[in-house]
Order: sequence, then structure tokens, then C-alpha cells
Amino acid sequence: MEEQFPIIIIAVPLIAALLITALWWFDKRVCLPISIVAGLTSLVASVGLLLQVLSGGIIEYRLGGWAPPFGIVYRIDHLNSLIIVAVSLVSLLNLIGSRTTAQKEFQEKVGAFYALYLLFTAGLLGILITGDAFNLYVLLEIASLTGYALIGLGRRRAPLSGLNYLLMGTIGASLYLLGIGYLYLMTGSLNMADIAQILPTILPSKVIVLAFILCLSGLFIKMALFPLHGWLPNAYTYSPSVVSSLVAPLTTKVMIYAMFRLMLTIFSIDFSLNSVALRLPILWLAIAAIVMGSIMALAQKRLKKMLAFIVVAEVGYMVGGFWLGNRAGMSGAVLHIINDAAMTLCVFMAAGAIVYKTEDDRLSSLKGVFRKMPVTMAAMVVGGLSLIGVPPTCGFFSKWYLISGGMAAGHYGFVAALLFSSLVNTVLFFRLFEIGYFEPFPSGHAHEQQGHTDARNHSSSIAEAPLDLLVPLVATAVLVIVLGIYSGEIVARVIQFAIPAVIV
Amino acid sequence: MEALGSLIIAKYNYWAVIALLLIGLYAMITKKNLIKKIIGMNIFQTAIILFYVSIGSKKGATIPIITHGHGDASHAVHSVEYINPLPHVLMLTAIVVSVATLGVALALAMKVYSQYGTLEEDEIREKIMESEPV
Repeated sequence: MEEQFPIIIIAVPLIAALLITALWWFDKRVCLPISIVAGLTSLVASVGLLLQVLSGGIIEYRLGGWAPPFGIVYRIDHLNSLIIVAVSLVSLLNLIGSRTTAQKEFQEKVGAFYALYLLFTAGLLGILITGDAFNLYVLLEIASLTGYALIGLGRRRAPLSGLNYLLMGTIGASLYLLGIGYLYLMTGSLNMADIAQILPTILPSKVIVLAFILCLSGLFIKMALFPLHGWLPNAYTYSPSVVSSLVAPLTTKVMIYAMFRLMLTIFSIDFSLNSVALRLPILWLAIAAIVMGSIMALAQKRLKKMLAFIVVAEVGYMVGGFWLGNRAGMSGAVLHIINDAAMTLCVFMAAGAIVYKTEDDRLSSLKGVFRKMPVTMAAMVVGGLSLIGVPPTCGFFSKWYLISGGMAAGHYGFVAALLFSSLVNTVLFFRLFEIGYFEPFPSGHAHEQQGHTDARNHSSSIAEAPLDLLVPLVATAVLVIVLGIYSGEIVARVIQFAIPAVIV
Repeated sequence: MEALGSLIIAKYNYWAVIALLLIGLYAMITKKNLIKKIIGMNIFQTAIILFYVSIGSKKGATIPIITHGHGDASHAVHSVEYINPLPHVLMLTAIVVSVATLGVALALAMKVYSQYGTLEEDEIREKIMESEPV
């Protein structure tokens, strides 16, 4: 059974999605139990895989028994095993929290939502686990298509934002496909490890450089690196809350992982960093992403759009940290994938709880929300402190690694951008906390919906989010702190082996 | 002239791919109708499918289907006589992805139309501007 964990991770959500699509016409209540069973199975299998990798080394799983390079292999090593656990955990936590929210938001289409949810999770896990370049494209498109459909399920501007995301995302995936085409043309193979073996024999080659640039550009569009981030703010703002708290922590991080895999495994890290003079331009792009994301977040009046721009800035952290090219920067980037998934989940779920209760996420109408929703706002405080970078939350430790990497590489622009982003996040979140602590005015429109009694005594009503949304939210906030406390362990036992030994 | 021939005429498939890619991108960027943008996206994906299929073909080779005569035992296959079937197989997957993307895109366009009553991007933008004050 343990040898089959790699395929269980992908197959169980896929089959569960099929079951839900077949059964929800008869009974809507069957969707959530099937989804949670599938999510739990994936989580257990991914934790099992992580333990196997920690004790045994790289796992190679051959689909159908076909040997590489003719067959597709799933390759689990230190780089992706931890991210697989993170993705399945985030997906499961959000799934648990989705019960009342999904019922209210989707009503009669709730079965479609859960099926798309599981397909999205299966697609992301597939991207993480595969060792075949073309298989990566297929799973990339599975995850992206279900993402477009999930985002398009919202109201108001959601279909338009989803269509915009679709058009840009398809260009990105097609560019990646074109790059893989050039790689296949030159090497005759699609298996990642096989290409890595063949490439040194045909270098130097302009075609391989072109393939690298095309694959990289495609992934940059998918991960929303500035200036290709245009689709992200609208898509994450107008999607339903339960969708944005699934898609926001995961999509860009998995695409960033795909870039890591491209640079570390397919094209060796030496080629990626040194062949084309891309290191400094991409570092400056990352700095621009951090600075522009933070400044645009300052300008927003809506909570979810502010958080979406913070996500744009976080992408800059990871891309910049990796392209620094030293061990501290790369460790920080990989650690930040996991930390950012946790803290983005925390803040987006808290924002989702606020939107569920008040139907309004304008910052100006969040007055007094600390009294009405104390647990939710406590989780938002933890998430905010992590985004700012306050110990012992996880955000501090990954930022520490990134700053050390920037200073070791002598690239003080990156260090300055990171510090600037911390300061801007401080302003953003403390502004949010300040608005939340003021008492609401009796004539405030957010209050009129809650009835007359609240207008007379401000402080007594606690209108907290439903329990099934609070429990995963609190669990995520605890996870943010636990990840911070164990960051050293994570880096020493897992991430250290993910980064090749030549990096110093 | 010789260099021009080898640059343009010998590599005509790549020029076709480039032309289709640019036509698709042009449609996606400049056209204001959402359906035209979606068609541009489809042209872009078709160009990449053409690229893959064209790199698998060989001069003087036939389609990769092995036919045995009556009662023949299996004989050795000279792979040089057949065009490479692997890019064709990969592009079957890519065509399926392209059709699925087109389906999702058209479904989203239908929702946009039912919300705004128009598929022209500038009219939609005006309607959004007047309905949302912030």
C-alpha cells in the first residue's frame, strides 16, 4: 500500500470528483462527506510520502510500470514532498470550512463546486508530483481550467474577471507548451531527469536558451509576476470567498514550484542562472513586484483586493529569493512557499468569514468588527503579523532567510524592497486593526442589516462566523505559529536537501 | 539568395507557426469583442499544435501505421520510414485541452452576456463604471 501513495494522492480526488458529479443530482448532502474523505486520504498519503522521502531518499513511481524515459514517472524528492503536504492540508482545511459558506453561496450548484474543488486539488497535486515535462502541462491546464471555472462561479464582476484570467492564463500555458516543444525537438525526450542528462551533451545551444525563456515566460504569466499580474487582483477579489481562500494560497505557489523544478531539475541550476544574463533583470522584476504590489495594496479600499495585491508582492519574494542564487535565498524561497500558503489561507479565510457575515468588505465599513467577530479577527491578527514578519510566526523566518540571502549576494535593492514591504504591510494591517476597533456609528449601513437592537447597545452583539468556518481558521492560525517555531527543523531536515550542493 | 532560400523557404513551417501566433495574439489584444478574443486564443493554441506536428514529419516518410500483408509474421520495422507519431499523440492531448478551454471560455462569455447585455469590452467597461461607484 505504501508504494501506491503517489498515485493515491492524485487518483482519489479524481475519482471522488467523478462520484460527486454522478451522485449530487440525487442527494446534495453527499458532496461534502465524499470530498472530506478524499481530502483526508490525500493528506494521509502525502504525509506518508514525506516520511518515506525523509527516511529513504528520492521516490520514483512508474505509472503503469513503464520505465522512463518511455513512461511517465512521478518523482518525489525533498523539494516537492513538503509542498505536497502543504497543498493537501490547505485544501482540506478550506474544505472543512466551506460547509455553510458554500451552501449559502452556491445553493443549487453546490455539487458542481465540490467536483471542481477536488479536480483543482488533484491538478495541483499532479503538478507537484510529476516528473514528466508534458504531464506537467496537462496537469497545469487541469488546475487552471478548474480554477477559471471556480472563479467564474461568483457574482458581479466574477465571470468577466474569470474570462480575463482564462485568456491570460492560456497564453501562459501555451508558451510553456511551446518551450517544451523546443526541448523535445532538441533532446527527443519528455522525462525531466532524462532531459537533464541529455542537455549537457548538446549545450551550448540557442534553441535550449529559447526553450528556457519560453517556459519561464509561460510560468511567469501563471504565477502573476509583475508586470504579468494583471489577471490576479480582479480574479481573487470577485471570486466567491470560499474559492479565493482555496485559489489564492495555492495557485501562484505551485506555479513558482514549477519554476523551481524547471530550473533545478530540467535545466540544471548552473545553466538557469548563468546561461542568459537573466539573473539581474528578474531580480529587478521581483523587486518591482514587491514594491508595486505593496503600493497598490495601500491604495485599495476593499479588504479582498488589498489582500490580492499582497499576494502579488509575495510572489516577488519567492521569485527574487530563488534568483539570488545562494543557499540562504533559495532556502528562504522554498520555505516561503509553505509559509505563504499557510498565512494567505489564514487571512483569506478570515476575510471570507467577514464577507459571509457582513456582505461588505469595504475597509470603511469594517468598524467595530473586532467586537462582533473576535475569533475571526484574532486569526486575522496572526495572519497579518505573519505577513508583516513578526516572530514567532512563520513569515518572520522566511523573510529572515530571504534578507540573509540578499545581503550575502550583495543585492541590497532586494533587501530594501523586503523591508519596504514589511513596513507597508504594517501600515495596511494596523490600519485594518484601527478601523476594526472603533465602535460602529448607529447610522452605519453595515449595521442596519443587523436590526435595531444593535443601534441601541453597540457592544453586546457578537455575530461570529459559523463554527465550521471558525475551527479551520483557528487551526490555520495555530499552524502559522507552529510553522514558525519549527522553521529551523524544516529547513535543516527537508529544504536543505532540496537545494543542490553546488549552491553555497 | 541561397541564404534567403534556406532561411525562408526551407523553414516554411516555422514561418507559418510564427504568423499564426502573431495573428492570434493580435486578435486577443486589439479586438474589443470577447468572442473575437476567444477565437484569437484558439488560433494561438492551434499555432502551437501546428508546431509540434510539423517537427515530427520527415521527408519521404509515410504515416506511422504498420500494415502487415496476409499471413505475414511480424517483421522488423525501419522507423526511419515513418513520421514520428509521438508529437501527434501529445497534440491530441493539447487539442482536448484547447477544446475544454474554449468550452469554459464560452460559458463564461455567456454569463458575461447575461449580466451586461453586450459582449463588447468597452461597453462592458462603461456599464461597470456607472454601476460601481468605488
